[in-house]
Amino acid sequence: MSKTLFDKVWDAHVVHKIEGGPDVLFIDRHLIHEVTSPVAFLGLRNRGIKVLYPERTFATADHNTPTINQHLPVEDPLSANQLKALEQNTAAYGIRHWGLGHNKNGIVHVIGPENGITQPGATIVCGDSHTSTHGAFGAIAFGIGTSEVEMVLSTQCIMQPKAKKMRITINGSLGKGVLPKDVALFIISKLTTSGATGYFVEYAGSVFEQMSMEGRMTVCNLSIEMGARGGMIAPDQTTFDYIQGREFSPKGADWDNVMAYWKTLKTDDDAVFDKELSFDGSEIEPMITYGTNPGMGIGITHEIPDAKQVEGGVATYEKSLGYMGFHEGDQMIGKKIDYVFLGSCTNGRIEDFRAFASLVKGKRKAEDVIVWLVPGSHIVEQQIKEEGLLNILTEAGFTLRQPGCSACLAMNDDKIPAGKYAVSTSNRNFEGRQGPGSRTLLASPLVAAAAAITGKVTDPRTLIQ
Amino acid sequence: MAYDSFNILKSTAVPLTIENVDTDQIIPARFLKATERVGFGDNLFRDWRYNPDSTPKGDFVLNNPVYKGKILVGGKNFGSGSSREHAAWAIYDYGFRCVVSSFFADIFRNNCLNIGVLPVQVSAGFLEKIFAAIYHDPDTELEVNLPEQTISILSTGDKESFDINSYKKSNMLNGFDDIDYLLNIQSDIEEFAKKLPL
Repeated sequence: MSKTLFDKVWDAHVVHKIEGGPDVLFIDRHLIHEVTSPVAFLGLRNRGIKVLYPERTFATADHNTPTINQHLPVEDPLSANQLKALEQNTAAYGIRHWGLGHNKNGIVHVIGPENGITQPGATIVCGDSHTSTHGAFGAIAFGIGTSEVEMVLSTQCIMQPKAKKMRITINGSLGKGVLPKDVALFIISKLTTSGATGYFVEYAGSVFEQMSMEGRMTVCNLSIEMGARGGMIAPDQTTFDYIQGREFSPKGADWDNVMAYWKTLKTDDDAVFDKELSFDGSEIEPMITYGTNPGMGIGITHEIPDAKQVEGGVATYEKSLGYMGFHEGDQMIGKKIDYVFLGSCTNGRIEDFRAFASLVKGKRKAEDVIVWLVPGSHIVEQQIKEEGLLNILTEAGFTLRQPGCSACLAMNDDKIPAGKYAVSTSNRNFEGRQGPGSRTLLASPLVAAAAAITGKVTDPRTLIQ
Repeated sequence: MAYDSFNILKSTAVPLTIENVDTDQIIPARFLKATERVGFGDNLFRDWRYNPDSTPKGDFVLNNPVYKGKILVGGKNFGSGSSREHAAWAIYDYGFRCVVSSFFADIFRNNCLNIGVLPVQVSAGFLEKIFAAIYHDPDTELEVNLPEQTISILSTGDKESFDINSYKKSNMLNGFDDIDYLLNIQSDIEEFAKKLPL
């Protein structure tokens, strides 16, 4: 029978099917961090059980780590306690741990791919909704709750019903200044924040085929923001080239064996999806959000829509615009900005820093804007230095911070103050997401760079030579 | 037994009509720093419930003593965003045992089922009826009958059935969790693992 990519990977991991219930799904790779794991380890201890396959779990500290002075003790006692708990738990159960200060430390969804842990055809979970990132490699990857983290630690399985299947095809070519982030924000604006709930999405078409792995990761990362369980892209030569030679990638004869399998990982021509959508890549502009969920996005040259033009309740819409201090019909271009954040598991990779640096090169940071540039990992940080991007950024008046989730969710000190506006390359513009009362405008690294230079929302295309 | 069992729940309900309630609202990230599962109810809907100086916001429904009960009724697309199970813990710890909405985000729904909070998805029309009944009379009771998979508005007699897969239903009725099941098939899992390519 014809199968989709999702079917092939899912079906290969079903240990048991329960009639009228979920599948027991085997998990190849498990990523953990300090925030959603401690209660799972507590559960193991309470039950008196061990970790079944410690070598299949990888730990990093990222969510509430500081992004300056990482060599000093963590000041916040609660954060320090969580970091210590992760260190102790991983030591007790024999799990690999790249903690604060380790040269492989970084955001969980950045370090998985860059170390070759993320591979095609794998099932990958983490107690973090942006685990969907790893789908860029043709893996089934999704976020789980802490109860499920405990399941994976103890039995390497979770129990979930198989999702429905959706394919989103985008052909054509992207215009000047349009990045993968814009493609994702465009899709979410069309589907709304719940439009893909219940589905696993496959992205197909020339726009994704031509994308780098970093770009594909950005797109898959944001799958959760339209409600999807996850998103994936069929592996191709771009994928294989990225993986080959990385620390945890197969070597020698193992590589040849696995390649034979990986090359079968694509949707059969006559496979059927529960839902199919397609868009034209040339219609996509640089995007920006104006509201309090990622579905509230528009092309940067557009005006904020009227309540009656958008799906959902008027009261919810008005509450959202009220929180943002915006009005129906407002132009986004020209709105004053207080903060810019480049980073996160969405846009904290080398390509994002290249894009940002390309636009600010030879220009100056706007005086009254605070800019946080946070690499996704130490490996990204090192690459920024080696490629000469740090010099470009420094000459333009910027400084580079140390890796971590940072202002994406503001669990550490990187908080946007109440009422202030931030153009952010992260993934969520929910109320208070970047600090109590903060106002977030999600955008690409180029839109972030344009805001950092001009101090206001600016179409980056006007600044690109 | 991993958590309280759930059978028939009869209770007044708290209405939260806003749509797209995300888990950052249910429990903001800065309250995720515990290493044990205690005290999350205190910070449920923290920034909607309290001013920055920790005084209660009078216009938020949890601060209105007229509305109380073990059932939380939310607008469409409840629980979107972050996978933090802390959101479900906060709802449970506050005292809710059931969340009703016309649409749930996937991960949140799963998390609820895994800790013994029953997510009940109703039609948009029935959700409107529940809100109307509660606003008409805050003492309106709802009856959630898990064995029969029905939810009723007792004052009006309106009733609707809801879906839950038979495995999860059995778990909820008995207070079992998935780890109990998985540990029982561990030898099958280990056999399976030997045949995997990765």
